[in-house]
Amino acid sequence: MAQASRSAPMPAAPGAHAMPAQKGLLRFLTCGSVDDGKSTLIGRMLYDAKQILDDQMSALERDSKTHGTLQGDIDFALLVDGLEMEREQGITIDVAYRYFTTPRRSFIVADTPGHEQYTRNMATGASNSELAVILIDARKGVLVQTKRHAFICSLLGLRHIVLAVNKIDLVGYDQAVFDQIVADFEAFAAPLGFQTVTPIPVSARFGDNVGARSTNMAWYAGPALIEYLEDVDAAAAPDEAPFRFAVQRVSRPNLDFRGFAGTPASGRVRVGDAIVSAVSGRTSTVARIVTADGDLDEATRADAVTLVLADELDIARGDVLAHVQARPEVSDQFAAHVLWMSTEHLLPQRSYMMRIGTRWTPASVTAIKYKIDVNTLQHLAARNLELNEIGVCNIATAVPVAFDAYAENRDTGSFILVDRLTNETVAAGMVTFGLRRATNIHVEQMMVDKAARSAAKHQKPTVIWFTGLSGSGKSTIAKHLEKRLHDNANHTYVLDGDNIRHGLNRDLGFTDTDRVENIRRIGEVAKLFTDAGLIVLCSFISPFRAERRMVRELLGEGEFVEIYVDTSIEECRKRDPKGLYAKADAGKIKNFTGIDSPYEAPENAELVLHTDNTPPEVLVDQIIEHLRERGRI
Amino acid sequence: MTSHLKYLEAEAIGIMREVAAEFRKPVMLYSIGKDSSVMLHLAMKAFYPGKPPFPLMHVDTTWKFREMIEFRDETVKRLGLDLIVHVNPDGAAKGIDPIRSGSALHTQVMKTEGLKQALDLYGFDAAFGGARRDEEKSRAKERVFSFRSANHVWEPRNQRPELWHLYNTRIRSGESIRVFPLSNWTEIDVWQYIRQENIPVVPLYFAAHRPVVERGGTLIMVDDHRLDLQPGETVQQKLVRFRTLGCYPLTGAIESTSTTLDDIIDEMLQARTSERQGRLIDTDDAASMEKKKREGYF
Repeated sequence: MAQASRSAPMPAAPGAHAMPAQKGLLRFLTCGSVDDGKSTLIGRMLYDAKQILDDQMSALERDSKTHGTLQGDIDFALLVDGLEMEREQGITIDVAYRYFTTPRRSFIVADTPGHEQYTRNMATGASNSELAVILIDARKGVLVQTKRHAFICSLLGLRHIVLAVNKIDLVGYDQAVFDQIVADFEAFAAPLGFQTVTPIPVSARFGDNVGARSTNMAWYAGPALIEYLEDVDAAAAPDEAPFRFAVQRVSRPNLDFRGFAGTPASGRVRVGDAIVSAVSGRTSTVARIVTADGDLDEATRADAVTLVLADELDIARGDVLAHVQARPEVSDQFAAHVLWMSTEHLLPQRSYMMRIGTRWTPASVTAIKYKIDVNTLQHLAARNLELNEIGVCNIATAVPVAFDAYAENRDTGSFILVDRLTNETVAAGMVTFGLRRATNIHVEQMMVDKAARSAAKHQKPTVIWFTGLSGSGKSTIAKHLEKRLHDNANHTYVLDGDNIRHGLNRDLGFTDTDRVENIRRIGEVAKLFTDAGLIVLCSFISPFRAERRMVRELLGEGEFVEIYVDTSIEECRKRDPKGLYAKADAGKIKNFTGIDSPYEAPENAELVLHTDNTPPEVLVDQIIEHLRERGRI
Repeated sequence: MTSHLKYLEAEAIGIMREVAAEFRKPVMLYSIGKDSSVMLHLAMKAFYPGKPPFPLMHVDTTWKFREMIEFRDETVKRLGLDLIVHVNPDGAAKGIDPIRSGSALHTQVMKTEGLKQALDLYGFDAAFGGARRDEEKSRAKERVFSFRSANHVWEPRNQRPELWHLYNTRIRSGESIRVFPLSNWTEIDVWQYIRQENIPVVPLYFAAHRPVVERGGTLIMVDDHRLDLQPGETVQQKLVRFRTLGCYPLTGAIESTSTTLDDIIDEMLQARTSERQGRLIDTDDAASMEKKKREGYF
């Protein structure tokens, strides 16, 4: 082609310029710590694959002088470590994605950090990869971290490992060192079930066996790293697996068309196939496979299609379609590996939102069977899981879901857990097996009791008792709290003067005797509501300690949360939202708490709220935090 | 189609369908460039036989090439879609422009602030952008579903982990998600897909004789009368094209004879500079994009 006047066009570098990808895309991850030279290796791969352009190269030369660790030599790691803080600290803290293409293949590289505190980042990178390059520093051999990396790769379902023994130049290109490392690794990794482990001796800094075979190691007859990656067949054979199709969206552009948009997770589907909606068990046949480029006869993985069925089935986002004769499991309980990713630890029984396929459902961990020490693979007893810990857990979902074991299908066997209030992604999960109905704890205890009712609501029944002077803000806070809890899908009810004194207690007045009876009845009603599994918000002046204690004692341990809305009488009088203080001061109301009737402030309230300068939303945050700490929601 | 373009296409379509299913009010940021053209084409495919269930939005700085605006209006008409055009009225009133105000202020006011204004004005809770991870280092770590606080702030060190294709789409009111369906595409993927799918792009990408001045080592096209010539500058007719498109005074042309998609792809396969080199707004510092993005730039 004609070259324009761009500065000195380089001759076409061999390999850099032909059309890519006779072989499909390969997604792989690299793991290893910064000391192993991981970022350097990726930088070197990009360089050897001729992906570093002139302006990037001059930026690299400049950066190598200011941030580099090699006395001004080109530091390839700087190409890769993206975020400012990482460049300054010389570490890799997040997953970065890199892209390169050789004449034979296109690659997506997930570059993941190696330290133990970044286990979650490595798992993230592994979740979308088909192969892992595990780096080992030839001088150090197989370390605890190597074992951790291998285990996480295995857990995330990777079946092909490249063992890149780096810095081989620093051990004099010694075959004996290499062989020993390979033997050590294979001995450790044997039970992890990898299909292939391919060891390659490399020097990322000098390029030995990265882009081309090294002349420094006559004893090594295998391929260079990039050569190997171009050739490897890492994908499972997903087209042979059973057909799975998570419905993303119902497409109804007009009255004549109703289709289900999605991409097969595995297998193939043809027009005329008998299919089933896994959870409902309803069946139909595939009438059309619609795409913008015309209808297809069949669809496989990587075909984003819209399926039209012969019958009008009630199918929605979240449903999984499969062939009638090869269905996924359906259950509301299963066992899974759970990798905890949040600084707030896992609480068994707490309700989280689970995403599995395209389905969102409340779910909770009902039991932690054990956690796994990622360094030794030992099973340890555990009451909770902390950041980066991996446990084997039983999980219960609010509705039955369709799934396969993760080992059989990474798309239908994986899930995430999301905190219901912060929306943080707190865990990644991999289903090991469904818990059969016969052994289903939930069903065994089918007698419907308080525990069963509250488990169904994913909350612990609780009475939240607001006490304080008239006008202190009890009802306002209760109203805001109920909204927040409702948004969080909790089941609530508010008891206050309006719905009690006008109905159940309309025969009662304001004498001391009537006040006690008033609270006794309210306590009994609150108790019935907790038995129904509800969170009950009670907002009453309730001036006497004894009657509040009476309600507390009606309820179970932890079920009564007393909240003292501590607003001074001066402030209440100033607010006087119902004009009651004015009337009481004028002597028109008798027995008015704080004026001619006493108020006994709580001595051991679970929470004391000061309303003077704080908006109700913030006070509600404090209550929510308290409830979460106590595991009530 | 090569298997890897097919993979990328299916992935992008899947992402768009997720957004349409999970968000209340999505919008597609349409910047008229090649990446936007690909993104729009994918959206037309994703919702076939329906239309994309969201409008397009162009945050206009009033300094785009005239051919871009023509192309934009034609495209919207041809496809029968809704387009929202937003210009930051405060910036326009203050006369912020890329030449006298400087590129940094212009970008901040007319693009970043303009975008935030428009997202707030219409209450969009998800916004598609055509950015790719291979464009720039700080983008390499951005999620496909990238969370923004109610103030549109991006926290690069506090991003939600993104495993498998299980995107966490949950937000509270006021918060939003920026979604990048082309995250895993490279520049060459984009051009090869354009060729294969025959996707229309702005003619400025193809070489033609155009009036340019050389300024600071860059060829700037004289697209209208607002570009005042400085002493010593002369307008020359040169055979040029653009590798990226933006505000014309901030976008460098390259001399090229590539008049077809085949030519462009061949030229790029032999190119020795990255596409962002032609963008004057990125050059100050490797960390500048990260800073802009934290403030709410796309």
